[in-house]
Amino acid sequence: MLSFDLRQRLGDFHLDARFSGSGRLTALFGVSGSGKSSLIALLAGLSRPDDGVIEVGGRTLVDTGRGIFVPPHRRRIGCVFQEARLFPHLSVINNLDYGRRFSGQARDPKAMARVVELLGIGHLLDRGPSALSGGEKQRVAIGRALMAGPRLLLLDEPLASLDEARKAEILPYIERLRDEGDIPIVLVSHSVAEVARLASDMVVLSDGKVATSGTVADVLGRLDLMPEEMRSEGGAVLEMQVTSYDPRFDMSVLEAAAGRIHMPGDCGPAGRRLRVRIRARDVMIATGRPHGLSALNVLDGKIAAIVESGRAFVEVHVDCAGSRVIARITRQSAEGLELARGCAVHAVVKTVSLDSPHPPHNPEVT
Amino acid sequence: METGWLTLSPEEWTAVALSLKVASVGTLASLPFGVAIAWLLARREFWGKSLVNGLVHLPLILPPVVTGYLLLLSFGRRGPIGAVLEETFGLVFSFRWTGAALAAAVMGFPLMVRAIRLSMEAVDTRLEAAASTLGARPLIVFLTVTLPLSLPGVLAGMILGFAKAMGEFGATITFVSNIPGETQTLPSAIYSFIQVPGGETGALRLTLVAIAIAFAALIASEVLARRLSSRIEGR
Repeated sequence: MLSFDLRQRLGDFHLDARFSGSGRLTALFGVSGSGKSSLIALLAGLSRPDDGVIEVGGRTLVDTGRGIFVPPHRRRIGCVFQEARLFPHLSVINNLDYGRRFSGQARDPKAMARVVELLGIGHLLDRGPSALSGGEKQRVAIGRALMAGPRLLLLDEPLASLDEARKAEILPYIERLRDEGDIPIVLVSHSVAEVARLASDMVVLSDGKVATSGTVADVLGRLDLMPEEMRSEGGAVLEMQVTSYDPRFDMSVLEAAAGRIHMPGDCGPAGRRLRVRIRARDVMIATGRPHGLSALNVLDGKIAAIVESGRAFVEVHVDCAGSRVIARITRQSAEGLELARGCAVHAVVKTVSLDSPHPPHNPEVT
Repeated sequence: METGWLTLSPEEWTAVALSLKVASVGTLASLPFGVAIAWLLARREFWGKSLVNGLVHLPLILPPVVTGYLLLLSFGRRGPIGAVLEETFGLVFSFRWTGAALAAAVMGFPLMVRAIRLSMEAVDTRLEAAASTLGARPLIVFLTVTLPLSLPGVLAGMILGFAKAMGEFGATITFVSNIPGETQTLPSAIYSFIQVPGGETGALRLTLVAIAIAFAALIASEVLARRLSSRIEGR
């Protein structure tokens, strides 16, 4: 459980953010300059609000009205920063052990073994931070934060300084943390793909204010509430299950009540659950079942709503067996096809436009 | 050529040993204060910060004789601080080697603080912030992050302070005079030699010793600094 209601003025920038939620992994989303970093510094206790309240798990960390300000070293909020910030004079194992040792907790070899196993860093323990790759540094930084026994984990764009291959290396560890751990996580991100894959809930920050918040599917589905700059990234998020993988085409098939989706790359064993984001701008609407089409995915449904989006576009919400798929199309097409609420339609999605959790095999990428 | 003239006389040995003792004690005793002041100046904002900064640097700017006289006024047996220290701890400075160490420490202090402060300012404050989010109290953050990462600067500060202490003359001779075996340090001894006819060889011998000590200190600091920085970078 995390809730805050904060105001802070920093030069010309004014932060005024309010949120309350209890998701497993809450994403703080926004473009750079939207106030994500200021908010993280406030939550971690590294800066003070002009006025406001912060509560984590029922414990008041800040309440300017009552004169409460818990200093960072007593907040038990584990932080992982964009630049890892490992202590350069300490080995990996001493970095991991830092929080436990200097916050006066008892030695717990089991916890250490668990963290080392969870993050796959057993072979790095005796090295110095300068001998680690960017991805390894971030894994050690996550382990170090976990070892301090936090009540909340703040991940401040831990992937932003990494290339695609390194990101793909870290993402599964964050998923394990979300699924196997019991510590609530706040992830700062400016990538919708990352948020759609990792987060259960999200808070959209725009110009120092909370533009919208809620579950990831709800927020990404409400294109009309999104700040202008991220509208093109909005769309549906479907919970799907892997059914098969065909190595001949390097293609996985995923299923949900809504229908079947082809996803490039090996998405893991059958039965694995995945979130699939389908951007509204990548969806076409057909009134008849399309033939002779290269797109592999056709979902059948009924139009649940048509939302105006400026003069040129409309968003067509298609109800596919209870799941909602959103298509952003021109108003001209919508009128031409005489689309209306209740019409039976087919939503067409190119497989190439989906972000695969496991990029397709490419022999040049190791 | 006869090399017998290179051999130091017992009096000269005494001056060299005393100088080493005075400089070492002065440097080591002022080190904790130097580190504390450097940290205050590098990491804290407080009222009167420029005043503290000015006071620390004063011995660098004032004529050494003035510093020595001020020490005599305040740390002399009848001085306000000197009297208290003698009563409570039995610590006497005037005309003792301890006074020479105090003069050496005060004169070397600005150089020491400056070097330590610069290297502390170079320590990434984001590492300190990370340490505090891991549960470390401010003092622990200082001892486990700030201090270890600024050790090369601390070392440089000590060497600078030590070198200044070895060469200190004006403040020492004003404060504790020039008593052989008690306050006659290497520079004072050289000065005394030059004052008397036929003392040139003695002065020359001590000059060579001074050069040797300076070189040894410099080389030792180079070696140590290199080891420290490679340890800090985690290799």
